[in-house]
Amino acid sequence: MFNGRDVIYVYDGSFEGLLSCVFESFSRRELPAGVTAEEDAQLTFSEVLHVDTDPEKAKRVAAAIPKKISSQAAELVRTGFLSCAEDKDLLILTYLQKGFQIGKAIDNMLADDTVNALNKAVQHCTGEAHKFMGFLRFSDFDGYLAAVIEPKNRVIPLIAGHFAERMPHENFLIYDKTHRMAAIYYSYKMEFAEGIDFEMPSASTEEERYRELWRGFYKAIGIEERENPRCRMSMMPKRYWNNMTEMQGETGDKDANMKYLLINN
Amino acid sequence: MDMLEKLEILGASAKYDAACTSSGVDRPGDFDGGIGNAVAAGICHSFASDGRCISLLKILMTNFCLYDCKYCVNRRSNDVPRARFTPEEIARLTINFYRRNYIEGLFLSSGIIQSPDYTCEQMIEALSLLRNEYKFKGYIHAKAIPGADPELINRLGALADRISVNIELPSQKSLDRLAPDKSKSSILLPMGHITQKIRQNSYEIVKYKSAPKFAPAGQSTQMIIGATPDSDFQILRLSEAMYDKYKLKRVFYSAYIPVGDQKLLPPAGTKPPLLREHRLYQADWLLRFYGFHAEEILDEQHQDFNPLLDPKCNWAVHHPEQFPVEINKAPYETLLRVPGIGVKSAQRIVSARQSAKLDYDDLRKLGVVLKRANYFILCNGKRAEGLVVTETGIMRQLMSASTVKELEQRGSFGEQLSLFDDEKNTLPTVEDTLKCLTGEM
Repeated sequence: MFNGRDVIYVYDGSFEGLLSCVFESFSRRELPAGVTAEEDAQLTFSEVLHVDTDPEKAKRVAAAIPKKISSQAAELVRTGFLSCAEDKDLLILTYLQKGFQIGKAIDNMLADDTVNALNKAVQHCTGEAHKFMGFLRFSDFDGYLAAVIEPKNRVIPLIAGHFAERMPHENFLIYDKTHRMAAIYYSYKMEFAEGIDFEMPSASTEEERYRELWRGFYKAIGIEERENPRCRMSMMPKRYWNNMTEMQGETGDKDANMKYLLINN
Repeated sequence: MDMLEKLEILGASAKYDAACTSSGVDRPGDFDGGIGNAVAAGICHSFASDGRCISLLKILMTNFCLYDCKYCVNRRSNDVPRARFTPEEIARLTINFYRRNYIEGLFLSSGIIQSPDYTCEQMIEALSLLRNEYKFKGYIHAKAIPGADPELINRLGALADRISVNIELPSQKSLDRLAPDKSKSSILLPMGHITQKIRQNSYEIVKYKSAPKFAPAGQSTQMIIGATPDSDFQILRLSEAMYDKYKLKRVFYSAYIPVGDQKLLPPAGTKPPLLREHRLYQADWLLRFYGFHAEEILDEQHQDFNPLLDPKCNWAVHHPEQFPVEINKAPYETLLRVPGIGVKSAQRIVSARQSAKLDYDDLRKLGVVLKRANYFILCNGKRAEGLVVTETGIMRQLMSASTVKELEQRGSFGEQLSLFDDEKNTLPTVEDTLKCLTGEM
């Protein structure tokens, strides 16, 4: 039904834009060689097709996914869009082309290359989101809470709701430094912002006090006789440490490697 | 005493309790001025220097104690700094840590001061402050105090999500020797009471929607491994009984770490038996999720775990009559027993084979560890291409990478590796000290 064609779709990077690309590929009955957001567009020898974002078309595609495929597929596509997989745009487009042909049965086709790749990307993304539900650290600034994270995937939409539900009466900001995005929860409303910059203000005496108490607890709870830096690192990779209160001043790999060498030789 | 100092003392004295899970209950956030919710899957907030998950503010209310249990760091006769939190301090610390997302909730235990009843009442005060004054809806795990009035345990359980009584040691004989103030019945009595109460509560909730909940995340326990001569088989059978009879949610195992020199105990400096603890968790997993019985994993003739192989692989190599298994036909329960196939990959196989016959390449995509599974499966009636079956080859694939390395370094591949060698292999491995142990797996 769909013929592969050496063309690159370029869109504005929004979810609606990607769905517009899906619409476009259907009306042209073709499978493009690539799909990419404008900012990542590179010099290419392929033909380039600029796909304009059309909210009406996007809406039609979005409505068709749960109806013609399944609600599971709709969620897979939504989350897949937040993934950091390089080819996620083409992957989602290919997946939807297959899904609209096959229908709900695609939910079970876990060994299919497209389904498998999209599932893996989504697992990586939701896995990272789950980690941040634990590893994210808020600081209190005069009653307002703020946290900075540096995720690989765009996890903010996946975690902000968790914190709003947990602390409905607080006001908070979660800033994703990697993608310059933020979730702002203020007087019972959640908003998302993109392309912004944020620096943590300096901490108050009371804030410093609780940080110190937490670090004290963290040190006290580890059992010396069972020290296992490699295990800690695999459960909590070093890239998370930067923004974790208790890991400031901890030197991970150097210690771990030294100890490993000492024990093994 | 300064708060930081207190926290360091009462955190350090709670660290030998292995349980740190925040799982088992889903509770939406509340809007009545409160803070907190609970997530059934549990959330790890950090990992300590020993690689174990930190999800709860795990502290003792006090480490003063009337009892003199020999294995316990807080025993009366031990010369250690002592401290005590007030209920208000506990509540405020929990809330402030929780707001900053340091923790998922509180795990409160205590040494026994004045009497078990008094101790329990103090804990109740801290928890009701948290629940009622601070309107805290996050996770609370409370340790039931053996010997406290059942009515007090009821009140504790009404405030907590999970409640636990530590069985401490795996047999009455061991308890007699090391915990003269505790007996099996003084431990099992409150445990039975809690089981009863949870069951009764589950009927009440069905009948009256507003019935107060009692320990909705269930009951757990812990035992210390390696302080006494009890065998792995005894321990595993005890765990099985705990799951079956007392409907426990979790049994935790804690490798004994010498806390000062005691005549009746392993001397100071003895390495904690981490590999043994690890094997117990693996076997525990087989009981809870893989449909195994304790007698299938160990028996009267094989009282202890094979140090070289995990319990599932060990079972598989001793039951060649059960294999190979046809991937496209075998029921879920049978797939679960194949080395290299876990709960997730078994579920994926069952789902994926509805739409197409699976081959070896598909299995790899579904997350099956083929280097192990290959020896035990068929795909569409066929063995994996080029599979050479030798005893040493199988063993090499089934053992963990660190065990293989260990054996190679000793140059003892081959001699130690007979599959059906019933002689007990005792091999202190680097795994003992390095094996990744989160205490939860």
